[in-house]
Amino acid sequence: MFPELNDLLNASPDRAEPGKLTLLCDAETDGSFLVHHFLSFYLKADCKVCFVALVQSFSHYNIVGQKLGVSLTTARERGQLVFLEGLRSAVDVFFRAEGEAHPLHFLREAKAASLQPLYEFVREALEPVDQREAAWKRPVLLVDDLSVLLSLGVGAVAVLDFVHYCRACVCCRLQGNIVALVHDSGDAEDEESDVLLNGLSHQSHLVLRAEGLATGFCRDVHGQLRVLWRTPSPPAQRGRSLTFQYKIQDKSVSFFAKGMSPAVL
Amino acid sequence: QPAVTSSEGVGEATGRSREMLESLLGPGGLVLLRDSVEWEGRSLLKALVRQAALRGERVHVLGCEVSEEEFREGFDPGTYSRLVYHDLFRDPLNWSNTGEALPGGPLGVLRAMCRRTGPGPVTIALDSLSWLLLHLPCTTLCQTLHALSRQDSRPDDSSPVEHVRVLGLLHEELHGPGPVEALSTLAQVEVTLSGTGDQASAHILYRRPQHRPTHKIQWFTILPDFSLNLQGGSPPKSQPHPDPRTHPVDPTTHLTFNLHLSKKEKEAKDSLTLPFQFSSEKQQALLCRGLGQATSHIFYEPDAYDDLDQEDPDDDLDI
Repeated sequence: MFPELNDLLNASPDRAEPGKLTLLCDAETDGSFLVHHFLSFYLKADCKVCFVALVQSFSHYNIVGQKLGVSLTTARERGQLVFLEGLRSAVDVFFRAEGEAHPLHFLREAKAASLQPLYEFVREALEPVDQREAAWKRPVLLVDDLSVLLSLGVGAVAVLDFVHYCRACVCCRLQGNIVALVHDSGDAEDEESDVLLNGLSHQSHLVLRAEGLATGFCRDVHGQLRVLWRTPSPPAQRGRSLTFQYKIQDKSVSFFAKGMSPAVL
Repeated sequence: QPAVTSSEGVGEATGRSREMLESLLGPGGLVLLRDSVEWEGRSLLKALVRQAALRGERVHVLGCEVSEEEFREGFDPGTYSRLVYHDLFRDPLNWSNTGEALPGGPLGVLRAMCRRTGPGPVTIALDSLSWLLLHLPCTTLCQTLHALSRQDSRPDDSSPVEHVRVLGLLHEELHGPGPVEALSTLAQVEVTLSGTGDQASAHILYRRPQHRPTHKIQWFTILPDFSLNLQGGSPPKSQPHPDPRTHPVDPTTHLTFNLHLSKKEKEAKDSLTLPFQFSSEKQQALLCRGLGQATSHIFYEPDAYDDLDQEDPDDDLDI
Protein backbone atom coordinates (compact mmCIF):
# COMPACT_ATOMS: atom_id res chain seq x y z
CA MET A 1 0.00 0.00 0.00
CA PHE A 2 1.39 3.35 -1.02
CA PRO A 3 0.26 6.15 1.35
CA GLU A 4 0.85 8.80 -1.31
CA LEU A 5 -1.55 7.10 -3.71
CA ASN A 6 -4.14 6.89 -0.93
CA ASP A 7 -3.83 10.63 -0.43
CA LEU A 8 -4.34 11.28 -4.13
CA LEU A 9 -7.42 9.08 -4.26
CA ASN A 10 -8.72 10.37 -0.95
CA ALA A 11 -8.95 6.81 0.38
CA SER A 12 -7.74 4.88 3.38
CA PRO A 13 -8.24 1.30 4.60
CA ASP A 14 -10.67 2.51 7.30
CA ARG A 15 -13.01 4.24 4.91
CA ALA A 16 -13.19 2.76 1.45
CA GLU A 17 -16.33 3.40 -0.55
CA PRO A 18 -18.29 0.19 -1.20
CA GLY A 19 -19.86 -0.85 -4.49
CA LYS A 20 -17.24 0.62 -6.79
CA LEU A 21 -15.34 -0.76 -9.74
CA THR A 22 -11.82 0.60 -10.14
CA LEU A 23 -10.18 0.04 -13.49
CA LEU A 24 -6.40 -0.01 -13.69
CA CYS A 25 -5.02 0.48 -17.15
CA ASP A 26 -1.44 0.53 -18.34
CA ALA A 27 -0.20 1.83 -21.67
CA GLU A 28 3.41 1.33 -22.71
CA THR A 29 4.48 0.75 -19.13
CA ASP A 30 3.98 -1.80 -16.36
CA GLY A 31 1.00 -1.01 -14.16
CA SER A 32 1.42 -3.97 -11.80
CA PHE A 33 2.52 -1.66 -8.96
CA LEU A 34 -1.13 -0.56 -8.83
CA VAL A 35 -2.27 -4.18 -8.42
CA HIS A 36 0.19 -4.67 -5.54
CA HIS A 37 -1.08 -1.46 -3.97
CA PHE A 38 -4.72 -2.52 -4.04
CA LEU A 39 -3.93 -6.08 -2.91
CA SER A 40 -2.14 -4.85 0.20
CA PHE A 41 -4.70 -2.06 0.68
CA TYR A 42 -7.68 -4.42 0.89
CA LEU A 43 -5.82 -7.04 2.94
CA LYS A 44 -4.94 -4.34 5.46
CA ALA A 45 -8.55 -3.12 5.39
CA ASP A 46 -9.68 -6.59 6.62
CA CYS A 47 -11.62 -7.30 3.47
CA LYS A 48 -12.22 -10.78 2.09
CA VAL A 49 -10.20 -10.81 -1.11
CA CYS A 50 -10.57 -13.06 -4.12
CA PHE A 51 -7.51 -12.64 -6.32
CA VAL A 52 -7.65 -13.97 -9.86
CA ALA A 53 -3.96 -13.89 -10.77
CA LEU A 54 -3.34 -14.85 -14.36
CA VAL A 55 0.03 -13.17 -14.85
CA GLN A 56 2.40 -14.11 -12.01
CA SER A 57 2.86 -16.92 -9.51
CA PHE A 58 1.70 -16.86 -5.90
CA SER A 59 5.25 -16.53 -4.60
CA HIS A 60 5.83 -13.43 -6.75
CA TYR A 61 2.82 -11.63 -5.30
CA ASN A 62 3.78 -12.89 -1.85
CA ILE A 63 7.30 -11.47 -2.05
CA VAL A 64 6.06 -8.08 -3.25
CA GLY A 65 3.32 -8.19 -0.62
CA GLN A 66 5.91 -8.74 2.12
CA LYS A 67 7.74 -5.64 0.98
CA LEU A 68 4.49 -3.73 1.37
CA GLY A 69 3.82 -5.21 4.80
CA VAL A 70 1.28 -7.98 4.14
CA SER A 71 1.74 -11.72 4.11
CA LEU A 72 -0.30 -13.50 1.48
CA THR A 73 0.49 -16.90 2.97
CA THR A 74 -0.98 -15.90 6.34
CA ALA A 75 -3.98 -14.26 4.70
CA ARG A 76 -4.64 -17.43 2.70
CA GLU A 77 -4.36 -19.62 5.79
CA ARG A 78 -6.74 -17.37 7.71
CA GLY A 79 -9.24 -17.63 4.89
CA GLN A 80 -9.03 -13.95 4.09
CA LEU A 81 -7.50 -14.49 0.66
CA VAL A 82 -8.76 -16.81 -2.02
CA PHE A 83 -6.04 -17.06 -4.65
CA LEU A 84 -6.62 -18.45 -8.12
CA GLU A 85 -3.18 -19.07 -9.56
CA GLY A 86 -3.80 -19.04 -13.28
CA LEU A 87 -0.35 -20.30 -14.27
CA ARG A 88 -0.66 -23.43 -12.12
CA SER A 89 -4.34 -24.25 -12.56
CA ALA A 90 -4.17 -23.82 -16.33
CA VAL A 91 -2.35 -27.17 -16.35
CA ASP A 92 -4.84 -28.77 -13.94
CA VAL A 93 -7.67 -28.18 -16.38
CA PHE A 94 -6.27 -30.77 -18.74
CA PHE A 95 -5.90 -33.50 -16.11
CA ARG A 96 -9.47 -33.37 -14.92
CA ALA A 97 -12.42 -35.48 -15.91
CA GLU A 98 -14.58 -34.03 -18.66
CA GLY A 99 -17.58 -33.04 -16.57
CA GLU A 100 -15.68 -31.62 -13.58
CA ALA A 101 -16.09 -27.90 -13.06
CA HIS A 102 -13.02 -25.70 -13.19
CA PRO A 103 -12.80 -21.90 -13.15
CA LEU A 104 -10.61 -21.91 -16.27
CA HIS A 105 -12.78 -24.41 -18.11
CA PHE A 106 -12.81 -22.18 -21.20
CA LEU A 107 -9.25 -23.37 -21.93
CA ARG A 108 -10.62 -26.79 -22.84
CA GLU A 109 -13.30 -25.51 -25.16
CA ALA A 110 -12.50 -25.41 -28.84
CA LYS A 111 -14.31 -22.11 -29.16
CA ALA A 112 -14.13 -20.27 -25.87
CA ALA A 113 -17.59 -18.87 -25.36
CA SER A 114 -18.39 -18.00 -21.79
CA LEU A 115 -16.57 -17.25 -18.55
CA GLN A 116 -19.45 -18.48 -16.42
CA PRO A 117 -17.31 -21.07 -14.52
CA LEU A 118 -14.86 -18.33 -13.57
CA TYR A 119 -17.73 -16.17 -12.34
CA GLU A 120 -19.11 -19.11 -10.33
CA PHE A 121 -15.67 -19.48 -8.72
CA VAL A 122 -15.62 -15.79 -7.74
CA ARG A 123 -19.17 -15.91 -6.44
CA GLU A 124 -18.51 -18.98 -4.30
CA ALA A 125 -15.26 -17.50 -2.98
CA LEU A 126 -16.87 -14.24 -1.86
CA GLU A 127 -20.33 -15.37 -0.79
CA PRO A 128 -20.45 -15.26 3.02
CA VAL A 129 -21.24 -18.74 4.33
CA ASP A 130 -20.85 -18.77 8.09
CA GLN A 131 -20.27 -16.53 11.09
CA ARG A 132 -16.50 -16.65 10.77
CA GLU A 133 -16.76 -15.19 7.29
CA ALA A 134 -18.72 -12.26 8.64
CA ALA A 135 -15.57 -11.13 10.46
CA TRP A 136 -14.29 -9.75 7.16
CA LYS A 137 -15.50 -6.30 6.31
CA ARG A 138 -16.30 -6.51 2.62
CA PRO A 139 -15.73 -8.80 -0.32
CA VAL A 140 -13.21 -7.62 -2.91
CA LEU A 141 -12.38 -9.08 -6.30
CA LEU A 142 -8.98 -8.39 -7.84
CA VAL A 143 -8.04 -9.43 -11.37
CA ASP A 144 -4.54 -9.32 -12.85
CA ASP A 145 -5.18 -8.98 -15.68
CA LEU A 146 -8.17 -9.16 -17.99
CA SER A 147 -6.21 -8.72 -21.23
CA VAL A 148 -4.70 -12.17 -20.70
CA LEU A 149 -8.17 -13.64 -21.24
CA LEU A 150 -8.24 -12.06 -24.70
CA SER A 151 -4.89 -13.68 -25.49
CA LEU A 152 -6.31 -17.03 -24.35
CA GLY A 153 -9.01 -16.79 -27.00
CA VAL A 154 -11.95 -15.34 -25.06
CA GLY A 155 -13.91 -12.64 -26.88
CA ALA A 156 -14.09 -9.08 -25.54
CA VAL A 157 -17.87 -9.29 -25.07
CA ALA A 158 -17.47 -12.49 -23.01
CA VAL A 159 -14.95 -10.73 -20.73
CA LEU A 160 -17.30 -7.74 -20.43
CA ASP A 161 -20.13 -10.12 -19.48
CA PHE A 162 -17.91 -11.73 -16.84
CA VAL A 163 -17.14 -8.32 -15.31
CA HIS A 164 -20.82 -7.39 -15.59
CA TYR A 165 -21.85 -10.43 -13.54
CA CYS A 166 -19.06 -9.85 -11.03
CA ARG A 167 -20.27 -6.27 -10.67
CA ALA A 168 -23.86 -7.36 -10.15
CA CYS A 169 -22.75 -9.87 -7.53
CA VAL A 170 -19.79 -8.25 -5.74
CA CYS A 171 -20.51 -4.52 -6.10
CA CYS A 172 -24.30 -4.45 -5.95
CA ARG A 173 -25.48 -7.51 -4.02
CA LEU A 174 -22.57 -7.92 -1.58
CA GLN A 175 -21.59 -4.22 -1.49
CA GLY A 176 -17.96 -4.96 -2.16
CA ASN A 177 -15.36 -3.65 -4.60
CA ILE A 178 -13.73 -4.79 -7.80
CA VAL A 179 -10.28 -3.82 -9.04
CA ALA A 180 -9.15 -5.04 -12.45
CA LEU A 181 -6.11 -4.40 -14.57
CA VAL A 182 -6.25 -4.18 -18.35
CA HIS A 183 -3.61 -3.35 -20.95
CA ASP A 184 -4.01 -0.64 -23.50
CA SER A 185 -2.14 -2.01 -26.49
CA GLY A 186 -2.30 1.36 -28.22
CA ASP A 187 -2.89 -0.54 -31.44
CA ALA A 188 -5.87 0.88 -33.30
CA GLU A 189 -6.22 -2.32 -35.31
CA ASP A 190 -6.64 -4.49 -32.22
CA GLU A 191 -10.40 -4.02 -32.06
CA GLU A 192 -11.06 -6.63 -29.37
CA SER A 193 -8.62 -4.95 -27.00
CA ASP A 194 -10.20 -1.56 -27.73
CA VAL A 195 -13.72 -2.81 -27.09
CA LEU A 196 -12.60 -4.43 -23.84
CA LEU A 197 -10.80 -1.32 -22.60
CA ASN A 198 -13.60 1.09 -23.51
CA GLY A 199 -16.35 -1.24 -22.32
CA LEU A 200 -14.64 -1.64 -18.95
CA SER A 201 -14.02 2.10 -18.69
CA HIS A 202 -17.74 2.69 -19.18
CA GLN A 203 -18.56 0.21 -16.41
CA SER A 204 -16.07 1.63 -13.93
CA HIS A 205 -16.36 4.42 -11.38
CA LEU A 206 -12.69 5.26 -11.21
CA VAL A 207 -10.04 4.82 -13.89
CA LEU A 208 -6.33 4.87 -13.03
CA ARG A 209 -4.27 4.96 -16.18
CA ALA A 210 -0.50 4.49 -15.96
CA GLU A 211 1.32 5.68 -19.04
CA GLY A 212 4.95 5.65 -20.05
CA LEU A 213 6.50 9.02 -20.72
CA ALA A 214 6.05 10.24 -24.27
CA THR A 215 9.68 11.35 -24.28
CA GLY A 216 10.97 7.88 -23.48
CA PHE A 217 12.79 6.28 -20.56
CA CYS A 218 13.86 8.46 -17.66
CA ARG A 219 15.77 7.46 -14.54
CA ASP A 220 13.89 9.74 -12.17
CA VAL A 221 10.38 9.76 -13.60
CA HIS A 222 8.99 6.33 -14.47
CA GLY A 223 5.70 7.41 -15.95
CA GLN A 224 2.52 9.31 -15.38
CA LEU A 225 -0.74 8.36 -13.75
CA ARG A 226 -4.06 9.76 -14.96
CA VAL A 227 -6.92 9.61 -12.49
CA LEU A 228 -10.45 9.93 -13.89
CA TRP A 229 -13.50 9.89 -11.63
CA ARG A 230 -16.55 8.78 -13.59
CA THR A 231 -19.09 9.55 -10.88
CA PRO A 232 -21.21 12.71 -11.18
CA SER A 233 -19.71 14.15 -8.00
CA PRO A 234 -15.96 13.50 -7.81
CA PRO A 235 -14.54 13.38 -4.28
CA ALA A 236 -11.60 15.62 -5.17
CA GLN A 237 -12.32 19.31 -5.21
CA ARG A 238 -9.57 19.82 -7.75
CA GLY A 239 -11.54 18.36 -10.63
CA ARG A 240 -12.65 15.09 -12.14
CA SER A 241 -9.45 14.30 -13.98
CA LEU A 242 -5.92 14.67 -12.59
CA THR A 243 -2.50 13.75 -13.91
CA PHE A 244 0.59 12.98 -11.81
CA GLN A 245 4.04 11.68 -12.52
CA TYR A 246 5.53 8.91 -10.43
CA LYS A 247 8.75 7.22 -9.52
CA ILE A 248 8.72 3.64 -8.30
CA GLN A 249 11.10 3.07 -5.39
CA ASP A 250 12.04 -0.09 -3.55
CA LYS A 251 9.09 -0.14 -1.14
CA SER A 252 6.98 2.78 -2.20
CA VAL A 253 6.00 5.00 -5.08
CA SER A 254 6.35 8.76 -4.96
CA PHE A 255 3.93 10.95 -6.85
CA PHE A 256 4.44 14.55 -7.90
CA ALA A 257 2.85 17.11 -10.18
CA LYS A 258 3.88 17.09 -13.83
CA GLY A 259 7.39 18.39 -14.32
CA MET A 260 7.96 18.74 -10.57
CA SER A 261 10.23 15.75 -10.02
CA PRO A 262 12.70 16.43 -7.17
CA ALA A 263 15.47 15.37 -9.56
CA VAL A 264 14.55 18.14 -11.99
CA LEU A 265 14.01 20.96 -9.54
CA GLN B 1 -18.68 30.60 -14.64
CA PRO B 2 -21.06 33.47 -13.93
CA ALA B 3 -22.94 33.30 -10.66
CA VAL B 4 -26.64 33.99 -10.86
CA THR B 5 -27.62 35.98 -7.81
CA SER B 6 -31.05 37.53 -8.29
CA SER B 7 -34.10 35.30 -7.92
CA GLU B 8 -35.25 36.53 -11.33
CA GLY B 9 -32.02 35.23 -12.85
CA VAL B 10 -32.47 31.86 -11.17
CA GLY B 11 -36.02 31.59 -12.51
CA GLU B 12 -34.86 32.48 -15.98
CA ALA B 13 -32.04 29.95 -15.84
CA THR B 14 -34.32 27.10 -14.74
CA GLY B 15 -36.78 28.13 -17.42
CA ARG B 16 -34.08 27.92 -20.06
CA SER B 17 -32.79 24.56 -18.88
CA ARG B 18 -36.33 23.18 -18.81
CA GLU B 19 -36.77 24.52 -22.33
CA MET B 20 -33.65 22.70 -23.47
CA LEU B 21 -34.76 19.38 -21.93
CA GLU B 22 -38.23 19.81 -23.43
CA SER B 23 -36.74 20.45 -26.86
CA LEU B 24 -34.69 17.28 -26.51
CA LEU B 25 -37.72 15.26 -25.49
CA GLY B 26 -39.54 16.72 -28.49
CA PRO B 27 -42.67 15.22 -29.97
CA GLY B 28 -41.53 11.58 -30.00
CA GLY B 29 -39.20 9.19 -31.75
CA LEU B 30 -35.67 8.19 -30.87
CA VAL B 31 -33.35 10.50 -28.94
CA LEU B 32 -29.79 9.26 -29.21
CA LEU B 33 -27.32 10.24 -26.47
CA ARG B 34 -23.75 9.58 -27.62
CA ASP B 35 -21.27 9.65 -24.77
CA SER B 36 -17.64 8.74 -24.22
CA VAL B 37 -15.44 7.44 -21.40
CA GLU B 38 -14.40 10.97 -20.53
CA TRP B 39 -17.91 12.45 -20.68
CA GLU B 40 -20.50 10.03 -19.38
CA GLY B 41 -24.08 10.48 -20.57
CA ARG B 42 -26.04 8.64 -17.91
CA SER B 43 -26.54 11.81 -15.86
CA LEU B 44 -28.09 13.56 -18.86
CA LEU B 45 -30.27 10.49 -19.48
CA LYS B 46 -31.42 10.70 -15.86
CA ALA B 47 -32.09 14.43 -16.25
CA LEU B 48 -34.29 13.65 -19.27
CA VAL B 49 -36.05 10.84 -17.37
CA ARG B 50 -36.74 13.25 -14.52
CA GLN B 51 -38.10 15.87 -16.92
CA ALA B 52 -40.40 13.31 -18.58
CA ALA B 53 -41.62 12.19 -15.16
CA LEU B 54 -42.26 15.82 -14.17
CA ARG B 55 -44.57 16.08 -17.19
CA GLY B 56 -46.58 13.28 -15.61
CA GLU B 57 -45.54 10.57 -18.06
CA ARG B 58 -44.81 6.98 -17.21
CA VAL B 59 -41.16 6.16 -17.76
CA HIS B 60 -40.00 2.63 -18.57
CA VAL B 61 -36.31 2.05 -18.05
CA LEU B 62 -34.55 -0.94 -19.57
CA GLY B 63 -31.49 -1.14 -17.34
CA CYS B 64 -28.62 -3.25 -18.67
CA GLU B 65 -25.60 -1.51 -17.21
CA VAL B 66 -26.37 -0.33 -13.69
CA SER B 67 -28.42 -1.76 -10.87
CA GLU B 68 -31.88 -0.46 -10.14
CA GLU B 69 -30.67 1.17 -6.91
CA GLU B 70 -27.87 2.97 -8.71
CA PHE B 71 -30.20 4.24 -11.44
CA ARG B 72 -32.86 5.41 -9.00
CA GLU B 73 -30.28 7.11 -6.77
CA GLY B 74 -30.83 10.85 -6.51
CA PHE B 75 -34.39 10.99 -7.87
CA ASP B 76 -37.12 12.81 -5.96
CA PRO B 77 -40.10 10.70 -4.72
CA GLY B 78 -42.34 11.90 -7.58
CA THR B 79 -39.94 10.76 -10.27
CA TYR B 80 -39.12 7.61 -8.29
CA SER B 81 -42.74 6.49 -8.26
CA ARG B 82 -43.26 7.08 -11.98
CA LEU B 83 -40.30 4.89 -12.94
CA VAL B 84 -40.85 1.33 -14.07
CA TYR B 85 -37.48 -0.42 -14.01
CA HIS B 86 -37.00 -3.51 -16.18
CA ASP B 87 -33.96 -5.08 -14.59
CA LEU B 88 -31.73 -6.65 -17.20
CA PHE B 89 -28.67 -5.92 -15.10
CA ARG B 90 -28.87 -8.63 -12.47
CA ASP B 91 -29.00 -11.65 -14.70
CA PRO B 92 -29.01 -10.76 -18.40
CA LEU B 93 -27.70 -14.11 -19.71
CA ASN B 94 -29.53 -16.33 -17.22
CA TRP B 95 -26.36 -17.61 -15.57
CA SER B 96 -27.90 -17.76 -12.11
CA ASN B 97 -30.84 -20.04 -13.03
CA THR B 98 -32.85 -18.52 -10.21
CA GLY B 99 -35.74 -17.44 -12.38
CA GLU B 100 -34.89 -13.81 -11.77
CA ALA B 101 -33.98 -13.31 -15.41
CA LEU B 102 -36.48 -11.48 -17.56
CA PRO B 103 -38.34 -13.82 -19.92
CA GLY B 104 -37.22 -13.68 -23.53
CA GLY B 105 -34.03 -11.78 -22.81
CA PRO B 106 -33.48 -8.20 -23.94
CA LEU B 107 -35.41 -8.65 -27.17
CA GLY B 108 -38.38 -10.12 -25.31
CA VAL B 109 -38.52 -7.12 -22.99
CA LEU B 110 -38.31 -4.69 -25.91
CA ARG B 111 -41.07 -6.52 -27.78
CA ALA B 112 -43.23 -6.56 -24.68
CA MET B 113 -42.77 -2.79 -24.53
CA CYS B 114 -43.89 -2.59 -28.17
CA ARG B 115 -47.11 -4.42 -27.37
CA ARG B 116 -47.84 -2.20 -24.43
CA THR B 117 -51.32 -0.80 -24.28
CA GLY B 118 -52.22 1.94 -21.90
CA PRO B 119 -53.34 5.53 -21.93
CA GLY B 120 -51.06 8.52 -21.97
CA PRO B 121 -47.70 9.27 -23.51
CA VAL B 122 -44.80 7.04 -22.55
CA THR B 123 -41.04 7.51 -22.40
CA ILE B 124 -38.75 4.51 -22.73
CA ALA B 125 -35.14 4.89 -21.60
CA LEU B 126 -32.62 2.32 -22.83
CA ASP B 127 -29.55 2.13 -20.63
CA SER B 128 -27.80 1.35 -22.77
CA LEU B 129 -28.03 0.77 -26.51
CA SER B 130 -24.36 -0.24 -26.43
CA TRP B 131 -25.05 -3.27 -24.30
CA LEU B 132 -27.91 -4.25 -26.60
CA LEU B 133 -25.73 -3.73 -29.69
CA LEU B 134 -23.00 -5.97 -28.28
CA HIS B 135 -25.48 -8.78 -27.65
CA LEU B 136 -27.97 -8.41 -30.52
CA PRO B 137 -27.54 -8.10 -34.27
CA CYS B 138 -27.62 -4.47 -35.36
CA THR B 139 -30.47 -4.99 -37.85
CA THR B 140 -32.70 -6.68 -35.26
CA LEU B 141 -32.10 -3.87 -32.80
CA CYS B 142 -32.79 -1.17 -35.39
CA GLN B 143 -36.03 -2.86 -36.47
CA THR B 144 -37.18 -3.22 -32.86
CA LEU B 145 -36.33 0.40 -32.13
CA HIS B 146 -38.19 1.49 -35.23
CA ALA B 147 -41.25 -0.51 -34.19
CA LEU B 148 -40.94 0.87 -30.67
CA SER B 149 -40.85 4.53 -31.62
CA ARG B 150 -43.42 4.26 -34.41
CA GLN B 151 -46.08 2.37 -32.52
CA ASP B 152 -48.35 5.41 -32.53
CA SER B 153 -48.81 4.98 -36.29
CA ARG B 154 -49.84 1.33 -36.20
CA PRO B 155 -53.01 0.90 -38.26
CA ASP B 156 -54.56 -1.61 -35.87
CA ASP B 157 -54.18 0.71 -32.91
CA SER B 158 -57.65 1.99 -32.13
CA SER B 159 -56.57 4.17 -29.20
CA PRO B 160 -55.91 7.88 -29.85
CA VAL B 161 -52.45 8.76 -31.14
CA GLU B 162 -49.89 8.42 -28.40
CA HIS B 163 -46.37 9.64 -28.41
CA VAL B 164 -43.69 7.15 -27.57
CA ARG B 165 -40.31 8.60 -26.95
CA VAL B 166 -37.25 6.39 -26.82
CA LEU B 167 -34.12 7.67 -25.10
CA GLY B 168 -31.07 5.62 -26.00
CA LEU B 169 -27.65 5.91 -24.43
CA LEU B 170 -24.83 4.90 -26.76
CA HIS B 171 -21.15 4.54 -25.84
CA GLU B 172 -19.63 5.55 -29.12
CA GLU B 173 -16.16 4.03 -28.73
CA LEU B 174 -17.55 0.52 -28.43
CA HIS B 175 -18.91 0.32 -31.94
CA GLY B 176 -17.73 0.69 -35.46
CA PRO B 177 -19.01 3.48 -37.70
CA GLY B 178 -21.65 1.22 -39.31
CA PRO B 179 -23.94 0.55 -36.32
CA VAL B 180 -23.51 4.12 -35.04
CA GLU B 181 -24.57 5.56 -38.40
CA ALA B 182 -27.51 3.15 -38.60
CA LEU B 183 -28.77 4.27 -35.20
CA SER B 184 -28.19 7.93 -35.91
CA THR B 185 -30.32 7.76 -39.06
CA LEU B 186 -33.14 6.40 -36.91
CA ALA B 187 -32.82 9.21 -34.39
CA GLN B 188 -34.91 12.38 -34.41
CA VAL B 189 -32.59 14.11 -32.01
CA GLU B 190 -28.93 13.30 -31.59
CA VAL B 191 -26.90 14.56 -28.64
CA THR B 192 -23.11 14.15 -28.69
CA LEU B 193 -21.43 14.83 -25.37
CA SER B 194 -17.99 16.32 -25.05
CA GLY B 195 -16.36 19.08 -23.04
CA THR B 196 -13.24 20.87 -21.93
CA GLY B 197 -11.80 20.97 -18.44
CA ASP B 198 -14.66 20.39 -16.05
CA GLN B 199 -17.33 21.82 -18.32
CA ALA B 200 -19.53 19.42 -20.29
CA SER B 201 -21.06 20.38 -23.59
CA ALA B 202 -23.73 18.83 -25.76
CA HIS B 203 -23.82 19.07 -29.51
CA ILE B 204 -27.48 18.70 -30.38
CA LEU B 205 -28.74 17.84 -33.85
CA TYR B 206 -32.48 18.03 -34.51
CA ARG B 207 -33.91 16.14 -37.46
CA ARG B 208 -37.56 16.95 -38.09
CA PRO B 209 -39.56 15.68 -41.05
CA GLN B 210 -39.90 18.32 -43.78
CA HIS B 211 -37.47 20.60 -42.00
CA ARG B 212 -33.83 21.34 -42.39
CA PRO B 213 -31.70 19.73 -39.70
CA THR B 214 -30.75 22.29 -37.08
CA HIS B 215 -27.94 22.03 -34.63
CA LYS B 216 -26.72 23.82 -31.55
CA ILE B 217 -24.07 23.53 -28.88
CA GLN B 218 -25.04 23.82 -25.23
CA TRP B 219 -22.70 24.03 -22.23
CA PHE B 220 -24.13 22.66 -19.03
CA THR B 221 -23.58 21.09 -15.65
CA ILE B 222 -25.90 18.57 -14.06
CA LEU B 223 -26.92 19.29 -10.50
CA PRO B 224 -27.24 16.54 -7.85
CA ASP B 225 -31.05 16.52 -8.23
CA PHE B 226 -30.66 15.93 -12.00
CA SER B 227 -31.77 19.37 -13.06
CA LEU B 228 -29.62 21.21 -15.55
CA ASN B 229 -27.55 24.33 -15.11
CA LEU B 230 -26.98 25.97 -18.50
CA GLN B 231 -23.94 28.08 -19.23
CA GLY B 232 -25.23 29.89 -22.29
CA GLY B 233 -24.83 28.75 -25.85
CA SER B 234 -25.29 29.77 -29.41
CA PRO B 235 -28.86 30.05 -30.72
CA PRO B 236 -29.95 27.26 -33.04
CA LYS B 237 -28.97 27.94 -36.58
CA SER B 238 -29.92 26.26 -39.76
CA GLN B 239 -27.23 24.42 -41.64
CA PRO B 240 -27.65 23.04 -45.13
CA HIS B 241 -25.02 20.30 -44.68
CA PRO B 242 -24.94 19.47 -40.98
CA ASP B 243 -21.85 17.59 -39.99
CA PRO B 244 -20.52 18.15 -36.46
CA ARG B 245 -17.07 16.91 -37.38
CA THR B 246 -16.20 19.50 -40.03
CA HIS B 247 -15.67 23.01 -38.72
CA PRO B 248 -15.33 25.89 -41.19
CA VAL B 249 -11.67 26.92 -41.26
CA ASP B 250 -10.58 30.47 -42.07
CA PRO B 251 -7.62 30.07 -44.46
CA THR B 252 -6.27 33.57 -43.70
CA THR B 253 -5.63 32.99 -39.98
CA HIS B 254 -2.11 31.57 -40.04
CA LEU B 255 -0.47 33.38 -43.00
CA THR B 256 3.22 34.19 -42.88
CA PHE B 257 2.71 37.41 -44.86
CA ASN B 258 0.43 40.45 -44.92
CA LEU B 259 -2.62 40.37 -47.09
CA HIS B 260 -3.39 44.05 -46.52
CA LEU B 261 -1.20 47.16 -46.18
CA SER B 262 -1.64 49.94 -43.67
CA LYS B 263 -1.78 53.55 -44.91
CA LYS B 264 1.79 54.17 -43.82
CA GLU B 265 3.08 51.05 -45.51
CA LYS B 266 1.25 52.00 -48.68
CA GLU B 267 2.92 55.44 -48.69
CA ALA B 268 6.35 53.88 -48.19
CA LYS B 269 5.67 51.48 -51.03
CA ASP B 270 4.58 54.27 -53.39
CA SER B 271 7.62 56.44 -52.64
CA LEU B 272 10.09 53.70 -53.53
CA THR B 273 11.90 53.97 -56.89
CA LEU B 274 12.29 50.66 -58.62
CA PRO B 275 15.67 49.84 -60.28
CA PHE B 276 14.31 49.82 -63.81
CA GLN B 277 12.65 53.22 -63.52
CA PHE B 278 14.57 55.99 -65.35
CA SER B 279 14.72 59.31 -63.56
CA SER B 280 16.63 62.59 -63.92
CA GLU B 281 18.96 61.71 -61.03
CA LYS B 282 19.90 58.47 -62.72
CA GLN B 283 20.55 60.34 -65.93
CA GLN B 284 22.86 62.76 -64.14
CA ALA B 285 24.79 59.94 -62.54
CA LEU B 286 25.34 58.27 -65.90
CA LEU B 287 26.38 61.51 -67.61
CA CYS B 288 28.99 62.49 -64.99
CA ARG B 289 31.04 59.32 -65.36
CA GLY B 290 34.36 61.17 -65.70
CA LEU B 291 34.23 62.13 -62.09
CA GLY B 292 34.09 58.51 -61.03
CA GLN B 293 37.02 57.46 -63.32
CA ALA B 294 39.32 60.10 -61.93
CA THR B 295 38.97 58.87 -58.41
CA SER B 296 39.43 55.11 -58.88
CA HIS B 297 42.73 53.26 -59.51
CA ILE B 298 43.84 49.70 -59.65
CA PHE B 299 47.01 48.99 -57.71
CA TYR B 300 48.80 45.85 -58.71
CA GLU B 301 52.09 44.65 -57.27
CA PRO B 302 53.26 41.37 -58.76
CA ASP B 303 54.56 38.63 -56.46
CA ALA B 304 58.06 37.19 -56.90
CA TYR B 305 56.76 33.95 -58.39
CA ASP B 306 54.01 35.49 -60.45
CA ASP B 307 54.03 34.25 -63.99
CA LEU B 308 53.87 37.52 -65.88
CA ASP B 309 53.00 37.10 -69.50
CA GLN B 310 54.54 39.81 -71.63
CA GLU B 311 52.26 39.10 -74.53
CA ASP B 312 48.96 40.81 -74.84
CA PRO B 313 46.36 38.08 -74.04
CA ASP B 314 43.95 39.74 -76.39
CA ASP B 315 46.39 39.77 -79.28
CA ASP B 316 44.63 37.10 -81.26
CA LEU B 317 41.35 38.95 -81.09
CA ASP B 318 40.63 40.90 -84.17
CA ILE B 319 39.29 44.07 -82.66
